[in-house]
Amino acid sequence: MQISMKVRRYDPEKDARPHWQEFNLDVAPTERVLDVLNQIKWELDGSLTFRRSCAHGICGSDAMMINGMNRLACKILVKDLGDKITVEPLRGLPVLKDLIVDMEPFFDSYRAILPYFINDDPPPPRERLQSVEDRARFDDTTKCILCAACTTSCPVFWTNGRYIGPAAIVNAHRFIFDSRDEGSAARLRVLNDANGLWRCRTAYNCTEACPRGIPITKVIEETKRELIWQRM
Amino acid sequence: MIRAHKFDVIVVGAGGAGLMAARYAAHNPNVSVAVITKLYPTRSHTGAAQGGVGAALGNVSEDHPEWHAFDTVKGGDYLTDQDVAEAFSHEVIDAVYELEHMGLPFSRTPEGRIAQRKFGGHTREHGKAPVERACYAADRTGHMILQTLFQQSIKDRVHFFNEFHVLDIILDDGECRGVVAYELATGDLHVIQAKATVLATGGNGRMFKVTSNAHALTGDLTSIVWRRGIPIEDPEFYQFHPTGLYKLGVLLTEGARGEGGILRNADGERFMERYAPTIKDLAPRDMVSRAMYLEVREGRGCGPNKDYIHLDLTHIDAHIIEERLPDITEFARIYLGVDPIKEMVPIQPTAHYMMGGVPTTIDTNVISDGANTIIPGLYAAGEVACASLHGANRLGTNSLGDLLVFGRRAGRNASAYAETLDRFPDLPAGVLDHTKGLIDSALNGSHKERVSAIRAELQATMMDNASVFRTAETLATQVEEVERLRERYKQIGVDDKGKRYNTELLEALELGFLLDNAQQLVTAALNRTESRGAHSREDFKERDDAAWLKHTLVYQDGDGVRIDYKPVTLGRYEPKPRVY
Repeated sequence: MQISMKVRRYDPEKDARPHWQEFNLDVAPTERVLDVLNQIKWELDGSLTFRRSCAHGICGSDAMMINGMNRLACKILVKDLGDKITVEPLRGLPVLKDLIVDMEPFFDSYRAILPYFINDDPPPPRERLQSVEDRARFDDTTKCILCAACTTSCPVFWTNGRYIGPAAIVNAHRFIFDSRDEGSAARLRVLNDANGLWRCRTAYNCTEACPRGIPITKVIEETKRELIWQRM
Repeated sequence: MIRAHKFDVIVVGAGGAGLMAARYAAHNPNVSVAVITKLYPTRSHTGAAQGGVGAALGNVSEDHPEWHAFDTVKGGDYLTDQDVAEAFSHEVIDAVYELEHMGLPFSRTPEGRIAQRKFGGHTREHGKAPVERACYAADRTGHMILQTLFQQSIKDRVHFFNEFHVLDIILDDGECRGVVAYELATGDLHVIQAKATVLATGGNGRMFKVTSNAHALTGDLTSIVWRRGIPIEDPEFYQFHPTGLYKLGVLLTEGARGEGGILRNADGERFMERYAPTIKDLAPRDMVSRAMYLEVREGRGCGPNKDYIHLDLTHIDAHIIEERLPDITEFARIYLGVDPIKEMVPIQPTAHYMMGGVPTTIDTNVISDGANTIIPGLYAAGEVACASLHGANRLGTNSLGDLLVFGRRAGRNASAYAETLDRFPDLPAGVLDHTKGLIDSALNGSHKERVSAIRAELQATMMDNASVFRTAETLATQVEEVERLRERYKQIGVDDKGKRYNTELLEALELGFLLDNAQQLVTAALNRTESRGAHSREDFKERDDAAWLKHTLVYQDGDGVRIDYKPVTLGRYEPKPRVY
C-alpha cells in the first residue's frame, strides 16, 4: 500500500530547530513502523536516526510518538495506523538527533528508587520459597522493559521534568510487593518526595502507552495505598 | 577528539554474560571495572530469551547434573568438550540459586520452589523420557535475568560506557591491553586501557535473512579479534531454532512444546513421531529444524505456498497458555494476526545461535591455537565465546546457563589476573590507526554500493546456501558469493557524514564484521565433509568420527582463510549414534 510518513527531524550539527520531513513509500500493510523507518534509512536517506535492536517489542529501544501515541515502532503495524503516519521523538526528554532522546534523566529516576533486591539475611542453600500467590502479586510489574513510553506520555512529567514518573514507580512496585524483599521502607521514602508518587494526577496516559500491558495507573494507586498504610 | 581511560577490568557487552562478569569482577574491591556496550544494557539480546535456564534442581521430578551433562554432550553430537559439560552441569545449579538470591522472580511450583518445565533434548536417565529441567519465569526468563543483573550492577555501582561501539582490540606482545571504542553521541574515539578484557558481545545471526537475532547482533568481536590473528572455533555449527514466526523469524520458545505444543504438517500429522519416536516434538533443535525442512521439501508444508509448518497449542488449557506463554501468544497475535489459543501458528526455522566463537579454555581464557596457548589479559564468555560446551548443536536453555556459568568465571578470573599486574603495560604505537582507517573508508568511500543492498544479498544467499541443509555445491557457491560481496563492500559509502549518533556509519562497519563472520562460516562448512549436529551435509550424510571428531579453527590469512584443528576433550560418554 502507498503511505506517507512524516518524520520530525533534527540534526544539531545542521538544524537550528526541528522540522518535518515527508516520505512517500510503498509498503506491505503487515510491516512494522520500524520496518518502514529502516526502509527510509536503507533506501532513501541514510541519515535518518533512531534506536532499535530486537525488533519485536522486548528490548525497549524504539519507543517513539507515532500518530500522537507513545508506542514501540516494532510493535505497531502499518495496517493498524492507516496510510498517513507521523513519527516524532518521545516528549519531555531532550532530543539529541531525529528520534533519539537523552535517556539519562529517565534512568536517573529509575536508579533513585533503589531498583534492586534488598534482603540482608543470609540466603538459604537453595532458593527462597515464595508461594504462587505471592509471586503473582507483582507479576505485572516484572514485565517492564524501561522503554520510557509511560513516563514520556505523562502530562505531569511534561510540565515538571523532575517528577519521578510512572516507570520508576512501576519498578518500585515490583520490589515493594515482592514478599522476599525488605527494602520497601527506603523506597517509599523516595516516592514520598515532593516530586514523587503524589504528583500523579491519574491521567491514565501511562497505562495506554505501555507496550507491555502493565496496568500502570492501578499499580500507582496500589503503591500510594501502601505508602499511606506504612505511614499509619 | 581522542580520549583515554584506564580500568583494571573492562567488559565488552552488557548482556547476561557481560553483566555477570562485571558483577564478579566488581566483587574484588581492589580492581576497577567498566562495561562498554553499543546499546543500553537493558537492550541486550539476553532479554529476548524466553523458555528457561536448564539446571538439575529436581524441583518437579528427579534429576541429576550427570543427566544434564550427558544430554548436553549428546545434544552437541559428541563435539562438546566433556570436561566443560560436566563442570557446567554442576555449576549452573549454584548459578540459578544465586539468581534467585538476587531477587529474580522465577515462576513457582505449588510448594513455592523454582518452577521447571520440559525442553528439547533434556531427558531423564540418559534419554529415556523428557525431564522438567528448564527453570523459568513465564516466557520471559531472559528478560528477568537481564533485568536482575542490571539491577545488581546499579547496586554494585558498575561504571558503564553506554552506546560506545568497540571497533578494535589492542594486542601487543601477544597480550591484550584494552580496546578502542567509538562514542555514538559525539563521534569521539576512546582508548580504553585495561589489564584484563572480557568479551561478551553475543552472536552474529544477522548474516541470515530469517533470524531471531536483534539488529545489533552482527558478530563484531568474532571479526575484530580475527583481524588481529585470533582464530574462530567451530563457526560452521550454526543453530536454526525450529519455531520462528513465519517470515519474521521472531522466536517462539521451545517451552511452548515443553508445555505440550505439537508440530503439524499440512496433513495435520504430528510428523516428529517419525523422526524422534521417543521424545517426538522435544527432540533437539537441529533435528526438528531438519525434519521441518524435509516436510516442506516433500510437499507437506502448510499454506498457499506450502512453505511453513504449524505449531499447534490449541489443545492446551487457555489459562496455561496465558499464564506461562503470554509473550509468544502476543507475538503471534500482533505480527501474524493469529490467536494461538484458537488457531495453529505458522512457523519456520529461524537463525538463532552460534555454537562456535572465540575459542576459550574452561576458565574463559581466550586461546590462540590448537595447543591451548593463552592470550594473557583476554577472556570471553557467552555466545561470542566457544568453550566447547555446545559442540555441534546447543541444547535449549543452555545459552542462559552458559552466560551465567562462564560470565561468573570470566569476571572472577579477569579480576584475579588484573590484580597480579602492578601497573598498566604501555600501549603500542599507532593504537588508533586501524580504527581511523575503518571509519575513514566508510565515511569517504566511493559510495558506488549501498550497505543495505550488500547486506540484503548476504542474508538471502546465506539462507539459501548455508543454513539447515548444505552441499559442496551450495557452499562453494556461497564462498564465491561472500568473496564477491566483500569486493563490493570496498565501494560502500554513507549519506550521513556527521559526528552525532551516526548510526549509518556503524551499520556500515557492522556489515564489514558480518562479512567476516560469513566467510568463516562458509569456509569451515565447505571444509567439513561430514554431518554433525547443526552442520548437515546432504553429500556427506553420516557423522564421521574417524576423520572429524575434532574442532575447527579458522584463521584469517590475507583475504582468505586458513584452517587448523583442535582435539575434542572426551570423557565418560563414548560417541554413539544419536537417536531420540
